[in-house]
Formats: sequence, C-alpha cells, structure tokens
Amino acid sequence: MIALLMRDLRLAVRAGGGFGLGLAFFLIVTVLVPFGVGPENELLSKIAPGVLWIGALLACLLSLDRIFALDWEDGSLDLLATAPLPMEGIVSIKALAHWITTGLPLVLAAPALGVLLSLPPTGYLWVVVSLLLGTPALSVIGTFGAALTVSLKRGGLLMSLLVLPLYVPTLIFGAEVARRGAMGLTVETPLLMLAGISFGAIALLPFASAAVLRINLR
Amino acid sequence: MELSVKNLAVARGGVPVLEGVNFALRAGRALVLRGPNGAGKTTLLRTIAGLQPAFEGEVQGAEDRIAYAGHSDGIKAMLSVAENLRFWAQVFNRSEIDGALDGFNLRDLEDRNAGSLSAGQKRRLGLARLMVSGRQVWILDEPTVSLDAASVALFAEAVRRHLAEGGSALMATHIDLGLDEAEVFDVSPYRAKPRVSAADEAFL
Amino acid sequence: MSIWKYANPVTFIRTTDRLLPWLSVAAVLCLATGLIWGFFFTPDDFRQGSTVKIIYLHVPSALMAINIWLMMLVASLVWIVRRHHVSALAARAAAPIGATMTVIALATGALWGQPMWGTWWVWDPRLTSFLILFLFYLGYIALWSAIEDDDTAADLTSILCLVGSVFAILSRYAVNFWNQGLHQGASVMRAGAITGSDTEEKVSNVFFYPMAVSALGFILLFVALVFLRTQTEIRTRRARALLAREQST
Repeated sequence: MIALLMRDLRLAVRAGGGFGLGLAFFLIVTVLVPFGVGPENELLSKIAPGVLWIGALLACLLSLDRIFALDWEDGSLDLLATAPLPMEGIVSIKALAHWITTGLPLVLAAPALGVLLSLPPTGYLWVVVSLLLGTPALSVIGTFGAALTVSLKRGGLLMSLLVLPLYVPTLIFGAEVARRGAMGLTVETPLLMLAGISFGAIALLPFASAAVLRINLR
Repeated sequence: MELSVKNLAVARGGVPVLEGVNFALRAGRALVLRGPNGAGKTTLLRTIAGLQPAFEGEVQGAEDRIAYAGHSDGIKAMLSVAENLRFWAQVFNRSEIDGALDGFNLRDLEDRNAGSLSAGQKRRLGLARLMVSGRQVWILDEPTVSLDAASVALFAEAVRRHLAEGGSALMATHIDLGLDEAEVFDVSPYRAKPRVSAADEAFL
Repeated sequence: MSIWKYANPVTFIRTTDRLLPWLSVAAVLCLATGLIWGFFFTPDDFRQGSTVKIIYLHVPSALMAINIWLMMLVASLVWIVRRHHVSALAARAAAPIGATMTVIALATGALWGQPMWGTWWVWDPRLTSFLILFLFYLGYIALWSAIEDDDTAADLTSILCLVGSVFAILSRYAVNFWNQGLHQGASVMRAGAITGSDTEEKVSNVFFYPMAVSALGFILLFVALVFLRTQTEIRTRRARALLAREQST
C-alpha cells in the first residue's frame, strides 16, 4: 500500500502535471473572477470565500480523470487487481495520493489567493480549515466518479456530470464555514456537518468505488 | 498444490467462447495453450487469473498464487527500470530485484527511464516483474511478442529456472520455447457451442 | 406464486400487455377529471387569484419527481441483490420520466412564482433541491447511455443510484441549511388540510380533492409509461439477443 502511494506521488512529481496544473488552474480561476465581476474590493471580499471554494473544487475536478485512466491504459490496473492488495485499499490509496498532490496544495495556496480577492482577515483561518476538512471528501467522491467512468473513452465530461451533483453538500457546507468565518459569525454547525460528510465519505465510498472498479475490470 | 480447472466455461462480452475445459497444472510443469486467434486463450487466462468471473465451472488453487502478464506490461514511463521493478516487488511484499534484473539482462538499463526503452526491452521488464512477484504460478499471455531470439532464450531460461524451483507456468504462445517440461494444450476442441449469453437468455 | 415471477421478461410483457389499456384509460380519466375540475370548477384563491390553479400540475409532478427516484432506488437494489433484468430495465425506463416530471415541477413553479414572488426563480431550498435532483437524473441517464454492455451499465448505474440517493438527501439538508427560503411548507399533506380544519396556511378541501384526483392520474400515467418503456427496453434486448443467436449459428 505504501509502495503504491509512493509510486503515485513520484509519478505526479515527475510528470510535472501533478502539483503544478491544479494549482495553476486554481490561480487562473481566482484571477479571472475579478475580470468577470469587477474590481470593487468590497464585492470581492464578500464573495472571496465562495470563489476560493469553487476554484478549489474545479481544480480538483480537473485532475480526477488521471486517478485511474493512466493505470487503466498501461495495464497496471489489471496487474494491481491480481496483486495481494484489496481493491478497497487500492482506491483509498489512490484517493489519498490525489488529495496529497491536488487537495493539499490547494489548501496551502488558498490564503495567498485570498489576498488577491481581499478576503477579510478573519476569513483566512476558516478558509484554510474548511478546505482542509472538505478537500479529502472532494478527492474521495471524485475517485468514485473516476472509477465509474474508467472504462469509457473520453469519459471526462460524463465524469464531471456525475461528480458535480455529488459535490453539492460538501461545497455548501464548506463554503458556508468559510463565509461565516469571514463575516466573523459562529461556524460550529456547518463545520460539524462538513466534517461529518468528509469522514462519512472517507469511510464508506471506497467500498462503492472498489465495487464499480471491479465491474469495470471484468 | 496444483492449479486445477474443472469444467470451466469462459465468456467474452457475455458470449461463451470456450466450455468444458479441464486440466491440472502441477508444480514444476508448464502448460502451453494453443489455438487460432479469437479461440479464447486470452479470455481463459484472464478468467484463471481472476480478472473476470467464470461463466461456468471453477478454478482451484489460483487465489493469491498467480502472477499475471497480459498484453500490456503496466510499466510507468516516468520511472526507471529499477524503480518499476522495486514497486512491483513491494506490492508483493518482497524486496529482491537483482535476480530479475540479471535474469532478463536489464542490469545495464537499470537507471534508464522506462519510457526510453524499446518495445522488446519493455517486454523484458514486464516479464522480469513476474520474477520479483515471488508467485508460484505464472500466467502469461503471448509473452514473447516483440522479443528477439536472444531475449526469447533468456525468457525460456527464466521459465526453466522457475519450474526447477517448484513453480509452474501457464502460457499462450505460438513459439516453441524448447521447454522439455511443457505440455501443449490445444483449446480448439473446447470451442463453445453457439448459444446466447447468460444475460440474453432470459429474453428468449 | 411470488412477485418474482413477474421478473421474467416474457411474463412481464404478457402481464403488462393486459394491464396497459386499463391503466392508460384510467390515467386519462383521472387526469381529465382532476384537471378540468381543478381548472374550471374551483374558486380562485382570495390572495393568489387564479394562479393557484397551477397546483393541479405542480404538486403532482413534484410528488412524482421524488417518488420516481425512490422507485429507481428500489429497482436498483432489486437488481443488485436478485439480478432480475426487468428490474434494471425498469429503473432505466423510469429515469427520463422522472427527469421530465422534475422539469414540469420546476417550470410550473416558475410560472407561478413570477406573479406571486415577482421572479421566475429564487434560490429557495425546495427549488434548489429540485434542480439538484434534475442533475442527478441527467447523470444517471448519461451513464446508462454511455456504456455499451447492458449488464455493466445496469451494475454501474445501480451503484450510482445508491450513492446518489445518499448525496441527494445530504444535498436536501445542506440546501435547507444554506437558505431558509420563500416556498411555503409542504402544506398539502398536513393533517388539517385533509380533515378540513383549514387555515389560510393550508390547502383547503376545495383545492385538495381535484388535486388528489390529478395526483392519482399522474401516478397511473407514470405506471403506464414505465410499463410501456420497460416493454420497449425488453423488446430491444430481445431483438439483440435473437440477432446474436442468429450470428453465432
């Protein structure tokens, strides 16, 4: 399991697309928003938490199809299926690798991008906390979507269609934590809901992902 | 413990291609599958490897004992030859890769990126993966594709050593490897009678 | 004799063939009665005017939009557990109907919302969750049509339906939390509405009875359509199976 994680991380670093692409996309989305809505600091600081969450979500989505597609194409997935690793373990590790290469950098970059959107000072902590809690759920849910569509050629668009509705609860509670935090309100309820969704998804979804992967492999 | 296949029927896309297949593969033996293209050799091997469910019948003694090498080698272009091998060794809870590097003459390529290898060299790396797996039963689908004569000899030598150590091998190949221990198993007589797939049966 | 004998495609077609004419007639009768009664023989609401009459379409379609997803969930579970093809095909057949019902509910809601709230659309929790439900329907239908092998498609969509149901419920609560909303509560089924002790908050009997007839009509229409569409799916599969047998001999 550790070997699989290390291999995926190493591949992400060497292929160059892993850390870089998602982050660059996040940056571009954040930069484009002021062009779209106008440069008033007041408006920007009001929508900053939501924009950061949407940007992180889209950056996450962008890199999902790489979770299984490469291993599917070069036959590694077949070989992994005959290896002494449980399929549930494989999908969990894949999701973890995706989070480390995509989710975590987004969390760390969010404060810097918050400056560009004049995020209120009280918001930084809660934007980071909410993303830190929410991005694992995005990775795990995305892994399920990637497993569903792995056998389809050009399944990327379909995967977005399947995954985005599943992202709704995470997005709502995550952005709510960030928004309330930025406005200096109490964040307890959405924070607990967000944590619940994350841990629930991490605990249960790998079973569904493993099941659909097995179906796709046969 | 032997690998045995009892009254096995295998299906491709839901339609049975082979049926009534029976054989046993003892330790130290090799079995070479023969048959025309499309006869169902790959499907049979994938079923025995557990990658797809059997249509009928059962496979015994394959669980957690097989190492499978299919048409694609599962090599990561961005990793070096040694890293590729070490990864698969770790997946199978082992660490030794020197034997495999020497056995398939990959020592000189050890630090090369796998992406820069030729097709034949990649194939050798894919086969070397079997040696690091430490599994007893090798299941090989057209293992000698894109190998030159010298490499085929290396491969035959590796199989011979594997058999001598008490392993066994099941392969689909058209090339004579010169293995004395190998029996030939022709799949053509087991062609499934034309019938509809299980999924369709309910609709007729 | 158990209910599972209808899981045989041939039995299913034979049984539903007998039922379909009755169902269709009953559906048309109920819909006609409910809608004509509702549109022409009920008084206007004292505050909402004649716009209130949209409820004879709006409420039943909204009801169906949710219940069709539930039916798909049950059918998916039956497929996963017992692997009856009819069940998987029925779920497949129901999805586009459910999506249509969702669109009807959203469209009639918008038509009513324009004069009443002064806007076609608000991000009200109920409206929003219906929009999300519509997205789930779209994803489900898209996945079905993207996969060629029927059994694989049935397996994958069943699991998607299961996982989707959990997330749909989560979305419902999330959306409720996110915005408290303009939409009135679920006023139809509240006890007072049926027993008649209605206040202005609840739907009075005058409106309730035609709406109930109309809802029954929607249910019958759905059952008839699902039977018809499932039959089509079964016959398509049958034609393909016959073709495959032809080719393999």
